[in-house]
Amino acid sequence: MATDTQTVKRTAFLSRLKIEDDKIEATKEEFNKILNWIEELNEINTDDVEPLIAVNNTPLRIREDEVTAGNCREDILKNAPSAEYDYFAVPKVVE
Amino acid sequence: MAEYIIETAKGKWEIVVGLEIHCQIISKSKIFSGASTEFGDDPNINVSFVDAGMPGMLPTLNKECVHQAVKTGLGLNAKINKYSEFSRKNYFYADMPTDYQITQFRYPIVGEGEITIDLSDGSTKKIGIERMHIEQDAGKSIHDLSPTKSYIDLNRAGVGLMEIVTKPDFRAPEEAGAFLRKLRSILRYLGTCDGNMDEGSMRCDVNVSVRPYGSDELRSRSEMKNVNSVKFVMQAIENEAKRHIEIYESGGTIEQETRQFDPTTGQSKLMRKKEFAHDYRYFPEPDLPPLILSDEYIDSIRAEMIELPDAKKQRFVETLGLTPYDATVLCENKEHAAFFEKAAAGHDAKKVANWMMSDFFAMLNKKRLDIAQSPVSAENLGNLVELISKEVISGKIAKDVFEIMSETGKSPEKIVEEKGLKQVTDTGAIETIINEVIASNPDNVSAYKNGKTNLAGWFVGQVIKQSQGKANPAIVNKLVREKLDK
Repeated sequence: MATDTQTVKRTAFLSRLKIEDDKIEATKEEFNKILNWIEELNEINTDDVEPLIAVNNTPLRIREDEVTAGNCREDILKNAPSAEYDYFAVPKVVE
Repeated sequence: MAEYIIETAKGKWEIVVGLEIHCQIISKSKIFSGASTEFGDDPNINVSFVDAGMPGMLPTLNKECVHQAVKTGLGLNAKINKYSEFSRKNYFYADMPTDYQITQFRYPIVGEGEITIDLSDGSTKKIGIERMHIEQDAGKSIHDLSPTKSYIDLNRAGVGLMEIVTKPDFRAPEEAGAFLRKLRSILRYLGTCDGNMDEGSMRCDVNVSVRPYGSDELRSRSEMKNVNSVKFVMQAIENEAKRHIEIYESGGTIEQETRQFDPTTGQSKLMRKKEFAHDYRYFPEPDLPPLILSDEYIDSIRAEMIELPDAKKQRFVETLGLTPYDATVLCENKEHAAFFEKAAAGHDAKKVANWMMSDFFAMLNKKRLDIAQSPVSAENLGNLVELISKEVISGKIAKDVFEIMSETGKSPEKIVEEKGLKQVTDTGAIETIINEVIASNPDNVSAYKNGKTNLAGWFVGQVIKQSQGKANPAIVNKLVREKLDK
């Protein structure tokens, strides 16, 4: 299985990663290396094998419906590149 | 119901519509964090480090959200899946700090179900539910505070949602409206979502396609996002169907696309085409193992179920003698139905229903009151109807008594007593008045005797007027005719 430059560009876009044009070819090769390695797994017969969701077989932990967090706006906004009027401020996004 | 057919010069069309409804779960804290779900607080106050997407923070599922979802599933007559899974839905948007939404994809908590909708002509129709899953809500973006920036409030981020997906069973805008009203009514009965579309706690996406009338093909659909009232949903369907038909009839084709409904114009505009559709790259959520429910757990919630609007409606029709229409109106709201039952206990239920649906609701509307704040108690409304049934007061006087009840909150018996409004059924007293009226109107008496018999009504009116409305109309009617015909 080999991928093409178009898929590399699409994947970069979906991941919001900027890959310079002169790096596309090299990235494609890296992708292919990974895909080839994954390809080896296809040799294993997985008929009648349920998909493995998690490797640690711990049961789902569930909490009571109680308010135990929040009220920490200063901390929440501390890492924001920009905050105004107690909101996160971002470049205008209107779809 | 009459079929909804769109007829043009070129042909007949029918519509195929499905809905996706996001319903905010009523719970004290968020679905995966301990932050409060309170609506309307100051920005970014009800936000935990989990909701803000801080590195290393882990989601923990809220027990109550699961409980509410199962309860809702049972209310939708749906299959509860004992095994369900959480998935990540990946997309970048400023109000989604983790860059993925925790939702359910392949294995939702609730499977197929159905609900019955009530249509305006008294008929009903079953609408299929495809599935319902639970997920987290996104934050809120505010675009109108600055010309260059959007402001993000994460108070809503992480509030639990139930997403209900219907089958494409709607064939008329009215059916979609009736569905939303019934769904809202069920959710409010159950107390699992407050159903307020204007506050955004219930939000609707509408999928519309059209096809030649009578065909069974499924054509490309367009999806309209966040259509936020029952009225707008019906309007959006109507206008979108027309747009499709115009395009087909002028030789064009419809491609799958997402559109934004504009409530000010009733029209929708293109948001994105299929080729730009989000690629969500769902995968199982590594931070949450599968959710496994036991039969005992599901049965314990089944045991909590209360009588829902359809069952209540049927009971009102079968045991209290209401018309299906009256029963539908009274049962839409749990508090209205409870008030009615209390008022009707031991009295003529049909008459109590009439009073509630006319004078009583009109009074609440006028005073802008909730039924819980009604100055007229359920017992007093029932007693008022009883006074009419027992002929203590006439229907006309009852309207005046009701007026005083709604001003003072007094019981009808007390008002009748204080104001001396008891109906006069004593024939002797009534005869005295009739004699006076006859004596003072000789012209009308002779006109009556010469054939103008409809003057009898005028005499009855005069007598009731002179009795200040207290004379029993049936007795007056009978006696007036007897006297005039003598």
